[in-house]
Amino acid sequence: MKLGIVVLEGPYQHEASDTAYNFTVAALEKGHEVFRVFFYHDGVNNATRLMVPPQDDRHIQKRWSELAEKHNLDLVVCVAAAQRRGILDEDEMKRHGKDANNIAPGFRISGLGQLIEAGIQCDRLVFFGD
Amino acid sequence: MSDVKKFLYVNRKAPHGTIYALESLEVVLIGAAFEQDVALAFLDDGVFQLVKGWDTSELGAKNFQPAYTALGDYDVQKVYVERESLEERGLSEDDLIEMTYEDEDDDFAEKSSIRIVSREEMAKIMADADVILSF
Repeated sequence: MKLGIVVLEGPYQHEASDTAYNFTVAALEKGHEVFRVFFYHDGVNNATRLMVPPQDDRHIQKRWSELAEKHNLDLVVCVAAAQRRGILDEDEMKRHGKDANNIAPGFRISGLGQLIEAGIQCDRLVFFGD
Repeated sequence: MSDVKKFLYVNRKAPHGTIYALESLEVVLIGAAFEQDVALAFLDDGVFQLVKGWDTSELGAKNFQPAYTALGDYDVQKVYVERESLEERGLSEDDLIEMTYEDEDDDFAEKSSIRIVSREEMAKIMADADVILSF
């Protein structure tokens, strides 16, 4: 089955990102195709490489990045939601005249059309929110 | 499966206090460009999004309620509001904003998009949707 995953909550504060991650891992292990993981609302905060959780805890961003590398996943962060919350890549940094960017490896910033496209393309679009 | 899918945007949260309602609306507006079969559902505290007479002046937040009334221009013709959610909050259809669309098949007559449905009917609407976007 072709799956789209949507993450609506940020890391640590809510369990939604953990559940989405575990679901994605399980789906891949079962041989399903994950077409895209889309990060929206506070979910965009999963994409900052600047998070520094305690060493004895899971590293939510690294976990997503490593999963993306291993399975060639498309991790997409909504640009409008990202701008509000200060998640920037190199291009966005330059475009808005900011002095830094923070997007983590494996994530890319794009528009909401990517979410709609996932809805059209996938057999199931699965939301993980509050 | 045909090229057009049934998209159902499910709105469950109050318009203020969190950003869910505003960002859900942004998805609907962008999604309109993809020419899918779009419907909106309002239930639980989500029904407050459609209660008329918002005043956000003291919140320091933008009043985005006019965007709901403009949804007809984005070809949103089906807005389902759950009766039980209204009643549980002391609300009725009279408390809601007007949402209309122009019916192409009826000489572009202006018609109400809002359909008050029971919880049981809402469950069927959800079961019938191809894609549920839950906010």
